[in-house]
Amino acid sequence: MRVYLDNNATTIVDPKVFEIMEPFFVQSYGNPNSLHQFGSESHPALRDAMDQLYTGLNAKDADDIVVTSCATESINWVIKGVYFDHIVNGEKNHIITSEVEHPAVIAACKFLETLGVQVTYLPVNEKGVVEIQTLKDSITDKTALVSIMWANNETGMIFPIKEMAKIAHEYGALFHTDGVQAVGKIPVDVQDVDVDFMSFSAHKFHGPKGVGGLYIKDSQPLTSLLHGGEHMGGRRSGTLNVPGIVGMGKALEIAVENLDFEKNTVKRLRDKLEDEILKIDGMLVVGDRDERTPNTILVSVKGIEGEAMLWDLNKHGIAASTGSACASEDLESNPVMEAIGAEADLAHTALRLSLSRFTTEEEIDYAVLVLRKAVIRLRSISSTFSYKPDWHESKL
Amino acid sequence: MARSDLIGGSIWDAYSQKVQDLMNNPQNMGEITEEEAKEKGLKLIVADFGAESCGDAVRLYWAVDESTNIIKDAKFKSFGCGTAIASSDTMAELCVGKTVDAAVKITNIDVEFAMRDNPDTPAVPPQKMHCSVMAYDVIKAAAASYKGVDAESFEDEIMVCECARVSLGTIKEVIKINDLHTVEEITNYTKAGAFCKSCIKPGGHEDREYYLVDILKDTRAEMEMGKMSALADAKIAGSESELSFDDYTMVQKLKAVEAAIDKDIRPMLVMDGGNLEILDIKDTDDGNTDIYIRYLGACSGCASSSTGTLFAIESVLKEECSPKIRVLPI
Repeated sequence: MRVYLDNNATTIVDPKVFEIMEPFFVQSYGNPNSLHQFGSESHPALRDAMDQLYTGLNAKDADDIVVTSCATESINWVIKGVYFDHIVNGEKNHIITSEVEHPAVIAACKFLETLGVQVTYLPVNEKGVVEIQTLKDSITDKTALVSIMWANNETGMIFPIKEMAKIAHEYGALFHTDGVQAVGKIPVDVQDVDVDFMSFSAHKFHGPKGVGGLYIKDSQPLTSLLHGGEHMGGRRSGTLNVPGIVGMGKALEIAVENLDFEKNTVKRLRDKLEDEILKIDGMLVVGDRDERTPNTILVSVKGIEGEAMLWDLNKHGIAASTGSACASEDLESNPVMEAIGAEADLAHTALRLSLSRFTTEEEIDYAVLVLRKAVIRLRSISSTFSYKPDWHESKL
Repeated sequence: MARSDLIGGSIWDAYSQKVQDLMNNPQNMGEITEEEAKEKGLKLIVADFGAESCGDAVRLYWAVDESTNIIKDAKFKSFGCGTAIASSDTMAELCVGKTVDAAVKITNIDVEFAMRDNPDTPAVPPQKMHCSVMAYDVIKAAAASYKGVDAESFEDEIMVCECARVSLGTIKEVIKINDLHTVEEITNYTKAGAFCKSCIKPGGHEDREYYLVDILKDTRAEMEMGKMSALADAKIAGSESELSFDDYTMVQKLKAVEAAIDKDIRPMLVMDGGNLEILDIKDTDDGNTDIYIRYLGACSGCASSSTGTLFAIESVLKEECSPKIRVLPI
């Protein structure tokens, strides 16, 4: 049996989304910017897709939702755009973000640091959440931008971005949120949180890979990252990814329709899995489940290194992930793991399980069985989670 | 960057079949108890290395025949990734049947080699080589415990790169002999820094006592000092001419050029009411030495200063000092 529990990494494309995308590859394949009928025949579907995006995020007509290639692009655009618009001219010199942001945010900020920008990386508490006081303590009237994620991809913890956006605005700073892990999992209403910018990505809510977007409040100015043609109102150049946009719109519509399902059924399955996990000795789950997105569990499995855990799960057809250093290409430990709490071993023993509306009860039951077996087997090999006789003198 | 680097492969794709099999079915996993050892008349040794905070830990059990110092049985337990478990298993297996002294000679390279499917293909990807290093370290700890000594006494050389087992001595030698200028060159010549990259500079996967960037800087400084003292020694021994101009320090070059000018050039200029002074000496990227001069007195403004006189000055210096000299009047 194959069970996919890595939905925070990417999701299956909903068959209805795939279906609606199909005509735009070999039938209505024209460039929408062309004058002829081949081009114009994709216009109705594109307009529908944009409607779906605006409705799904509760944006107003005066706002812009610009389609990009992915959230990484949207994030880079905001951070570098704000640099061009407000920092280069000396008006401001400071950006605030957090230690647990997606690598796109961190790397873009680190890049700006090499250009002389001051960046503050707010720490998180042991639940992996940024505390509002830390923002208040570091924001000044020279802060150009505050960028805090709506929900964290490793832990699922939800951040208090509505209050943080308010504080940012009090100091005349702009507020961007990386909404990638929130859109499609919890209600996202851009008017309610009053953010200036929000990044999102289709492949996290059962849309295709290679398309994302940036919400821009009141169509406020932001120097373009991609110059060229007149696409997207002259804000972001590049031939429109027609099938991708059509797919993303439909995916968002379906996801929003299913938010209750997420909150009820997906959460119930997630909680069931979490309860079964907690029945096993030596399992530490990060954060309160009611303060997380309804699909995520991050658990420290004492005595078992993350990559080894994934290996056993994978052998039995189960997909999950870990922030463990040993599992990454460059051996770099995931900063979120290090930032959370005093337990240094979370960096090496973390297991992340993330469900979706496609996860079934049968799959969860199977996953529980496999997990139990894997934990027993790997702990029998482990040198650290077992009784240590007191007659031998070697130290760990 | 090149084509093969563009699409990141899964680390698991690069595991040998042996590594995968051992990960699924470790052969030497387990414990040896005091009772079991006593029953067979063997001495039990238990050694630990690593820690959860490092992401790798291993415990090694030996049952040793004290009359022959032969390891009759070895078992292991491990907290770590697939490579760590497979390496620890292989390491335990390699210990069995060896004397303690022979076991200490087992290195992580032996362990990795034993896990290969065929001799030419590494068992694990480069960044995973360091997992097998733990194997070597725990053997040292076990041997030290058996002999009642400090584990450090088994290391007769300082290892800079543990993954490739390159010692400090080797690296310094290679830098000197091959006149290396960059860390990349050191890696190309010795493989140090090619695997987990912790030893290249601070801030890597693990902290190290010695880093390649520092060793390179210190060794090159030593080489410069070596040049200067060699020149000084040559002067004392009167064999200065055996050293070439190109090996001189800047100050020595200046002195040599001044000496040549004083001997063969200045007298002639002074005779005609002129002179010159040296403003600067610079070594160029393409291996030349540029001497910047200013003409004085009658020389300045004389037509020969950029033709005949200039050629004369240059050829004297080229002959007496080095053909790589160029004279540039300012």
